[in-house]
Amino acid sequence: MSKPERVLFFGTCLVDLNNPEAGLAAMRLIQKAGVQVRFPQGQTCCGQPAYNAGYRDEARRVARLQIEALQGSEPVVVPSASCAGMMRNHYPRLFEGTPDAPRAKDLANRVVELCDFLDRVLAIELADHGPPLRVAVHHSCSARREMGVADSAAALLRRLENITVVEPDHAEECCGFGGTFALKEPEISAAMATDKASAIAATAAPILVSQDCGCLMNIGGTAEKAGFELKTMHIAELLWERTGKDV
Amino acid sequence: MTTELRVRAAQALGRDRVRANIRRAMDGLIDKRRAAFPDTEELERLRDQGKAIRDHALAKLPALLEQLEQNCTANGIRVHWAQDADAANGIILDIIRRHGGTAIIKGKSMVSEEIGLNRFLEEKGVEPIETDLGELIIQLAQEHPSHIVAPAVHKDRREIAELFNRHYPDEPYSEDIERLTAMARRVMRERFKATKIGLSGVNFAVAETGTLCLIENEGNGRLSTTAPDVHIAVTGIEKVVARLEHLAPLLTLLTRSATGQPITTYVNMISGPRKPEELDGPHEVHLVLLDNGRSRIHADPELRATLRCIRCAACMNHCPVYVRIGGHGYGTVYPGPIGAILEPQLQGLARQGELAQASTLCGACAAVCPVRIPIPQLLNRLRFEQAQAGRKDAGAGAWMERHLWRLWAWIYASPARYERFMGLVTSLGWLAKISVGPWARTRTAPRIAKRSLHDLAREEGLSND
Repeated sequence: MSKPERVLFFGTCLVDLNNPEAGLAAMRLIQKAGVQVRFPQGQTCCGQPAYNAGYRDEARRVARLQIEALQGSEPVVVPSASCAGMMRNHYPRLFEGTPDAPRAKDLANRVVELCDFLDRVLAIELADHGPPLRVAVHHSCSARREMGVADSAAALLRRLENITVVEPDHAEECCGFGGTFALKEPEISAAMATDKASAIAATAAPILVSQDCGCLMNIGGTAEKAGFELKTMHIAELLWERTGKDV
Repeated sequence: MTTELRVRAAQALGRDRVRANIRRAMDGLIDKRRAAFPDTEELERLRDQGKAIRDHALAKLPALLEQLEQNCTANGIRVHWAQDADAANGIILDIIRRHGGTAIIKGKSMVSEEIGLNRFLEEKGVEPIETDLGELIIQLAQEHPSHIVAPAVHKDRREIAELFNRHYPDEPYSEDIERLTAMARRVMRERFKATKIGLSGVNFAVAETGTLCLIENEGNGRLSTTAPDVHIAVTGIEKVVARLEHLAPLLTLLTRSATGQPITTYVNMISGPRKPEELDGPHEVHLVLLDNGRSRIHADPELRATLRCIRCAACMNHCPVYVRIGGHGYGTVYPGPIGAILEPQLQGLARQGELAQASTLCGACAAVCPVRIPIPQLLNRLRFEQAQAGRKDAGAGAWMERHLWRLWAWIYASPARYERFMGLVTSLGWLAKISVGPWARTRTAPRIAKRSLHDLAREEGLSND
């Protein structure tokens, strides 16, 4: 993908409800790099919750709306590897054999995860205006394994020269969110989240960033309940906060 | 809903010592596997090759099984077909009875666990003697394997020392691994000498030569298959491969993925009973080929990938759920990610369907599977089958679940309804404060923003054309 003139932004339902600042920061970063951003108001959710729960008809109904809302030829930037993975890898499968299959495939091919887009497509330059800071990073399983975009998140953080990035023990292990998993198997999920939050707390970093809000909500909520001093932030917020201000 | 799985998982999570043992062991196995595959390109090439070999075998399964039977028979191996566990147990008992056996020595076999052979034989007055060190520990402790390669991995050295001390009071107490192993060996040697029938599993059965390949590290597999007069091999029908040359890539994938070994200490290639001019080996070799639901799995083009499995256990070694609840938390013969896709298919979704939910779909299993089984994709498929079954379920839980998803889709498939829904939720921020349920037990409630990204984007002029 070469640098486009304009992109569509798919905010994700979790950012919409839980952390809209992350979506705004992501769009500002893209705009600052000289690319126009449009946020189609007709979007809602990628449909992954229902898809992963086995409710494919319901997932298709919701996914079809995103296909409508994100029509065009522009790349679709998504500030979540999990939702980007759903649209990129699972939409073609979900719509296979239906009249929407070509449109689903077209959208899938235009979807790009935010860090991947900033790092590889825009090769964004980041001038760090912030004070020295230790930051822990959690790469989501979708970023690390499904989408292979964890490297891009790491590469973006490396461009912030006053930041020291640390990874917790057992960094590659899932935080235990897993969407409905957290509700269906709460005991196992809690054990995983507690281990993850403790490992991050042990890094002594005051801030945790990730490119997925699901992990942040899970780890952040667990850390807060456990009384750890840990602020969670979407990576876009950190990047914008430290580089976006004065230009 | 508090299910059996949740109860078992909660119990497993409460056993701190077991959890620590499993975590330590799994970390060790992960490191060993990583060290065994220093060359990523070679690993990926091998995985492609392993997948292709297993796919090829499964594509031609009926023909290969016939060829295997023919070639085994020509080699003097008697082949038996077992539709299910009962049939397999019956065949094995018949062979034992025909030879007047009252005990059998056993090499490690997960299929024998699958068919519940030990309990069956005990009920019929035949003593099964486990000779694999891990299996022996499990048998003495009257437990089930918690891992398919390392069955006693949940136990630490001290537990094993105490267990041996109780069962072998004549031997001096020791917590030293070599001494414990030597102890087991002394006890086992006597049993090997005295027992006339041996039973083992099979890692791969080669169709073109009628060869049974069995790998192991302790020599008990070789003794179980060569010292007794009769050797009974039991395996699932999916373990067949077409050609002898297929073994080299599969074995190196298997041992490196499982324990990080380039090769196991023993590689047994069993190609028939003792020949007239030979001095040792069994007089009779039997092969029991078990279906037990495998044909049904084979019939589905997507789920068939389950049968590619070569039982290396790398998926469970890397699984964040397995490492926390261990094999006993699953409550099935095959635990971990492979168990979560295999057991619901073998036993039916009605009985084991929840196992398909016992995953965050993190993909760690698929990333290491030596034959590239897309475990998360198959879990998704099984969840779909379960949801489809749930649509016809009259139970209150199923009714509630499907209606919640219907309501969710009704809101999220309409921009207008979604906007009203978001307006309501964001204006009721205090809703989050009263959140209860399983999420809130160990976490603070998720934050709810005062204004949605939809609002903020509109305000910034990002939604105008």
